[in-house]
Amino acid sequence: MTAATWGWLVLLFPLSGSIFLGLTFRVLPKKIGGLVGVGAIVAAFACGIAALISLQGEPEESRHVASSIWEYASVGGFQIDLGIYVDPLSVFMILVVTGVSSLIHIYSFSYMQSDAGYTRFFSYLNFFVFSMLLLVLAGNYVLLIVGWAFVGFASYALVSFWYRRETATKAGMKAFVINVVGDIGLVLAAILIFRELGVVDYASVFEKAPEVFSTNQWEVVAICLLLLLGAFAKSAQMPFHTWLADAMEGPTPVSALIHAATMVTAGVYLIARSYTLFELAPTAADIAAWVGLATLLIAGTVAIVVTDLKRIIAYSTMSQIGYMFVAVGIAGYAEGMFHMMTHAFFKALLFMSAGSIISAMANMQDIDKMKGFWKAMPFTAVMLIIGAFALAAFPGTSGWFSKDEIINFASLRGGMYSWMAAGMLVGAFLTAIYSYRILFRILPGKPCPEAQHLIDTGHVVHGDPVNPHTLEPEDTDVGYPGEHHHIAEQAPGMKIGMSVLGFLALFAGALQIPGVTEAVANFLEPTFENSAFAGVLPTEAEALYGLTKGGLISIAGLVLVWFIYMKRPDLPAKLIKTFRPLYTLFVNKWYGDELIEFLVVKPVKGFGQFCNRVVERFAINGLTTGTAGIVRSAGGAVRDLQTGMLRGYAVLMLFGIVAIVLYFLIRSI
Amino acid sequence: MVELAFFVGAFGAVGGAVAVVALRNPFYSVLALVVHLVFLAGIFLLLRAQFLAAAQIVVYAGAVMVIYVFVAAYVGGIEEPMFDSSPQLRIIGPILAVALFIEISIAVLGSSLTALGTEGTDKIGAGFGTPEAVGKLMLEDFLIAFEAASILLLVAAVAAIILAGRKRPEKKVT
Amino acid sequence: MAIEWYLVLSALLFSIGFIGVLVRRNPVVILLCLELMLGAGALAMLAFSRMLGDQDGQVMVLIVLVVAACEVVVGLGLVVAMFRRRLPLDVDDMKELKG
Repeated sequence: MTAATWGWLVLLFPLSGSIFLGLTFRVLPKKIGGLVGVGAIVAAFACGIAALISLQGEPEESRHVASSIWEYASVGGFQIDLGIYVDPLSVFMILVVTGVSSLIHIYSFSYMQSDAGYTRFFSYLNFFVFSMLLLVLAGNYVLLIVGWAFVGFASYALVSFWYRRETATKAGMKAFVINVVGDIGLVLAAILIFRELGVVDYASVFEKAPEVFSTNQWEVVAICLLLLLGAFAKSAQMPFHTWLADAMEGPTPVSALIHAATMVTAGVYLIARSYTLFELAPTAADIAAWVGLATLLIAGTVAIVVTDLKRIIAYSTMSQIGYMFVAVGIAGYAEGMFHMMTHAFFKALLFMSAGSIISAMANMQDIDKMKGFWKAMPFTAVMLIIGAFALAAFPGTSGWFSKDEIINFASLRGGMYSWMAAGMLVGAFLTAIYSYRILFRILPGKPCPEAQHLIDTGHVVHGDPVNPHTLEPEDTDVGYPGEHHHIAEQAPGMKIGMSVLGFLALFAGALQIPGVTEAVANFLEPTFENSAFAGVLPTEAEALYGLTKGGLISIAGLVLVWFIYMKRPDLPAKLIKTFRPLYTLFVNKWYGDELIEFLVVKPVKGFGQFCNRVVERFAINGLTTGTAGIVRSAGGAVRDLQTGMLRGYAVLMLFGIVAIVLYFLIRSI
Repeated sequence: MVELAFFVGAFGAVGGAVAVVALRNPFYSVLALVVHLVFLAGIFLLLRAQFLAAAQIVVYAGAVMVIYVFVAAYVGGIEEPMFDSSPQLRIIGPILAVALFIEISIAVLGSSLTALGTEGTDKIGAGFGTPEAVGKLMLEDFLIAFEAASILLLVAAVAAIILAGRKRPEKKVT
Repeated sequence: MAIEWYLVLSALLFSIGFIGVLVRRNPVVILLCLELMLGAGALAMLAFSRMLGDQDGQVMVLIVLVVAACEVVVGLGLVVAMFRRRLPLDVDDMKELKG
């Protein structure tokens, strides 16, 4: 079978899983529902591997296959196929998406066990994976938009999964609305691409673009900026970053899958996929890189001060995606994709560990209340440490290789990009601080009551079902974690998912050791071989220097955090007092929500009220009352004809027919 | 010979039609319609629509009319009252209908259609109007129309069950 | 036989059917008259089909047959429903649509 056939199969499994579960979730036994959900994704992963093998069997120059099963629309030279495009980049994404999804499905199989909406959850989750794969495999911009929008909906459905919880539905709506803003950008970009080039499928677009556009021509810059609008919204970059933290209302596996590992990296994929366009519009690419840098710094500072465990990880996600944006913005595509992969591993792992701990805390997420989990949950603690160390780029872990490769690439590009490299080093230090902070706040010390309960009885505390944010009692009928929580120590499914990810988070860096393996860069090379910057590669000495620098920063962060939290526990409070304004700024997330409220929501609301007051009352009302008056008098005139007599109507109809036939007869004479 | 057959069929069909309209008892009207349909099927045969003629007799005169008979028997042979609630309709209606007939006749007879016969056209092969030919056409060229019609039939059957089904006891109808 | 004979017959049957619809008040009989009109239409269609040597017209008539059957089913369902609700079987008494 060809790679394209495997590509279709990759799409087929999650879709059929989702539809099957969606149709039968009311009657299906829990266990079968879970197995079907997990099985569909594992099968998709297997097909992804098969696609990889069959693609690697091809000679390097022909490692891209476009396949189409149906012509969706063909009007006046405008042709859209329902087609996929299989090349190293999409296969790479497939493998990361289906691989991490498989593990997260296995984790959810145990974690969601006592949830009332168990099968429904797997149906949504499968649908999400299908949408994401459609986005990745799409062979043209139109189908990409379809996948893009599906993903947005799946995210909405999953964030609002516990739909009796008001905060959750609100967060889902927020995520959806902000994503739709990005969708508009994407749609406009596709229209503009078609207007300028007359085609929308990838192969033709990338072939034609260099012939039609000169560098930095306004059309191509506009296309790229519109694409970026979509990318920023989906990947939670400034100024669209506010939805991601709220999206943590969803179940933890959702946070791990959608809001860390896969969906939010769609923007990165989009830029890497359209790199031909972005290299023709260096201005837009620079904007992407600068926005990524700003996001990574701002999100990093917020992550240092917030106390909600899942939100810390969410902000760190934004910050890490900032790195990827910088990477693809400065044409380091393989570097960006490599970081995306390692990030998927360690961030999913962090979320899973967090889920395990939150379960043990009876759904409390505040790290101020957590203590001593090292003793209570050793397995989770080890996994949390692996995840945090990889995130902080501790020497030897996967994050160390990937992050420093991006920084290295930036300094190699020189010029203003060296400043970016410096900024990213600061970001790396921030990353180290917040990663280790999680560890030192949660793991050591005297166990908190919940942890103590777990040590003493071997059981998890079962608190009353309450919303952890508002502390309102929860409605448990329709899907809520239930009183029974599941922790990794006691649930084999969670343990399997986490250990595999832990292994990958530690050792996936070996795929891309500078000068030794470089498997990822070599694999992706056929996709990016036309890039003007394909030749920019660090020498071995430069690469080693960069890695040393990064490693030292990470260790410095470790020492600092250890000193602050272990040696001088009074220091955090003092620091907060000294830097009160800064702390307030950080805790309030740089007033991002307020800024949007002030800049967007208020004006829009005001405009709406203006419309209501002026346009509606005078223009529309006047128009409608006038029309209504005319209609009413006309109706009065016609009403007398409406006798309600069936035969009367028939006679009128016959009269009409006779008249029409008569007309034609007279005309024909 | 063909002319004779046509006129016999035409007289039968028109007679049946007039009887349907003129007979007071709906039960007799139904029977008159059966007569009409049988003669009409004869004319169909003259037009070399063998399959449709058979379908007309089996489906229409056979099956559909049985439903009519059942319903007519169920609601009872109510004689229509002689007086009309709107007598002017009794006059205007037939006048207009006759006008329509005259108009169409003028259109048909006055056009060049007369030159064309219904026979002797060489285009017609031996299989014209056989079940085989019609079925092939229907399942190949008109498959979607055929499927749509079958769905329509299903919907109509469901609708009839809901309409005529036994009403719920708690529903009080005025 | 010339085609106009068939067409004139068709027009005659159609008019008779229409008269029936106009003068009768029993819904069952009105449905019967509608059958007459549909049959007239089918006859015209078959005549043209025969004239042009094109069997598409026959398929059309078959579809019309199906539609007519649907109409019978729903129409008679209505009649039965009216009878069950003790409504008079007279279309002149069904005047709820009066404006």
